[in-house]
Amino acid sequence: MLNQRKYSIALILLFLAVIVTALFNISLGSVQIPVSEVTSALLGFDVEKDTWKYIILNYRLPKAITAIVTGSGLAVSGLLMQTLFRNPLAGPYVLGLSSGASLGVAIILMGASVFGAAFASILLSEWSLVIASSLGSLLVMFAVILASVRLRDTMAILIIGLMFASLTAAIVSVLAYFSPASQLQQYVFWSYGSLGNLSWEEVYILAVFWLAGILISIASIKNLNSLLLGEQYARSLGTNIKRNRFMVIIATSLLAGSITAFAGPIAFVGLAVPHLVRQIIPSSNHITLVPAVIFGGAILMLICDTIAQLPGSEYSLPINAITSLIGAPVVIWLLVRKRKFNF
Amino acid sequence: MSLETSNIVLETKDLGIGYRKGSTSQVVANGINLNIREGELIAVIGVNGAGKSTLLRTLSGIQPGLNGQVLIDNKQITNTDPAELSKNISLVLTEQLISKNLSVLELVALGRQPYTNWIGRLSRNDLKKVMHAIKLVDIENIRNKKCHELSDGQFQKVLIARALAQDTSLIILDEPTTHLDLYHKAYVLKLLQQLSRETKKAIIFASHEINLALQLCDKMLILKDKKALFGKPEELIKSNSLNDLFPGHLIQFDKESSSFKIK
Repeated sequence: MLNQRKYSIALILLFLAVIVTALFNISLGSVQIPVSEVTSALLGFDVEKDTWKYIILNYRLPKAITAIVTGSGLAVSGLLMQTLFRNPLAGPYVLGLSSGASLGVAIILMGASVFGAAFASILLSEWSLVIASSLGSLLVMFAVILASVRLRDTMAILIIGLMFASLTAAIVSVLAYFSPASQLQQYVFWSYGSLGNLSWEEVYILAVFWLAGILISIASIKNLNSLLLGEQYARSLGTNIKRNRFMVIIATSLLAGSITAFAGPIAFVGLAVPHLVRQIIPSSNHITLVPAVIFGGAILMLICDTIAQLPGSEYSLPINAITSLIGAPVVIWLLVRKRKFNF
Repeated sequence: MSLETSNIVLETKDLGIGYRKGSTSQVVANGINLNIREGELIAVIGVNGAGKSTLLRTLSGIQPGLNGQVLIDNKQITNTDPAELSKNISLVLTEQLISKNLSVLELVALGRQPYTNWIGRLSRNDLKKVMHAIKLVDIENIRNKKCHELSDGQFQKVLIARALAQDTSLIILDEPTTHLDLYHKAYVLKLLQQLSRETKKAIIFASHEINLALQLCDKMLILKDKKALFGKPEELIKSNSLNDLFPGHLIQFDKESSSFKIK
């Protein structure tokens, strides 16, 4: 009827692709583990070598789950922002969340040289980066929400987000200017993003935020569809514009904020995946787009992570570089091939 | 059932429209009294800047009036919740759509949002109403096309179908004939007349097509010098209300032919 049946087949295929890429992601790495062994380990059966099982359950599975959560979470936030701001260039970080996070982390890592060493020793613990980045994101998020409640024009929020981004970037550069090379390097490494350093405990916490953000996004689907007509039409269809805007901002903050806290500012995925998905599934209906973007984000992130760990070698590349290296050519290719931009 | 005894859908009592800035208010028009009944087609006319769009926004509840009342189905519009209002009034605006990547069917189906569940799932009844709306404006042959593939005339019909699917007693259209050629202008207005007869909906639209409107409308609202004149076309012509609508040096109203002519 509404092309829904055709799209549900595409959605099922995408879901299967998530599982397949996840299996390959777990199987490939510095130590190659056959996919069949990965499957039996995940299903709780015995595996040929005990070390394999240990590697899978303690390193590769949490990393794969982190990849799925970050990829899908950022992609959904990107979609929400693109629809809310009616702008194909919007992504999960237009509200300034990653800038807030990087400010928090920069203060922890490089603040010592400015504020004194005692300051740093108090704060540097296992959780300090996560907490600093969450606090930074929260700060910016509250500022943006405060602004969004007072503002009538949705576009103004976009500008305010950008202003916060340059503001925090400026503070970070001042901190960086006065920091010794070693601390600067630590900061740069954080900004590359990383999926592999999460313990199971951290994965659980991240997953809870992810679930909350995804559920709010799903609850916004109907209103997002009405926004495709523009705010005046949406209002005439009974959509509460301000409440919807608030819900979308909360969902994005939960998703992008928690992901940045645990995995660093992972670029590109949030912006690109909605466009990739729209090229494959030419629909603007969010009932189709939201699940498709969730699966698409997970797939892209799993593939990028698989490549980043350079299978068979001891080395791995920064995930942020890979997402753009792989993603950008694909988006360009799809746009050029179809000669048509779906938005 | 004659029109005069049918139900009143929209009524204004001494309505003033305009904009508030702090404590001062800029009045666009004042003392507007009108009542629109089921099945009536009403045109709002006036020169650019006379306040046609402001009036329509006030009637649709987007913008508050300065004073007086707007009653929709006997309820005060200012006291009605937007979700409730969406079952009383549907709109066709000049605002550009954000996404024209929706299919005609999907766009018309969005008109059912006030009735669908939390995720917007269409029930059998919703689908029936959507298909009925599509049939009424005769766009069945293009229902699977994307909106960006349509001509301006087709797209206007799709927007009208969307408003019909919303199943409201009143449809408000802001300049539905802009960008259309003469044939399609006449076509769209004739379609509106037919729809008001067939569906018993009240339809009110703003337009610059005075000559066409005079021939097709049941009543007209003329906005002029911050005042509103409301009545049947023939009454308005008889009372010379159209004569000084425009500055008189270029065009003038010709009573014989009920149309404006170049001097």
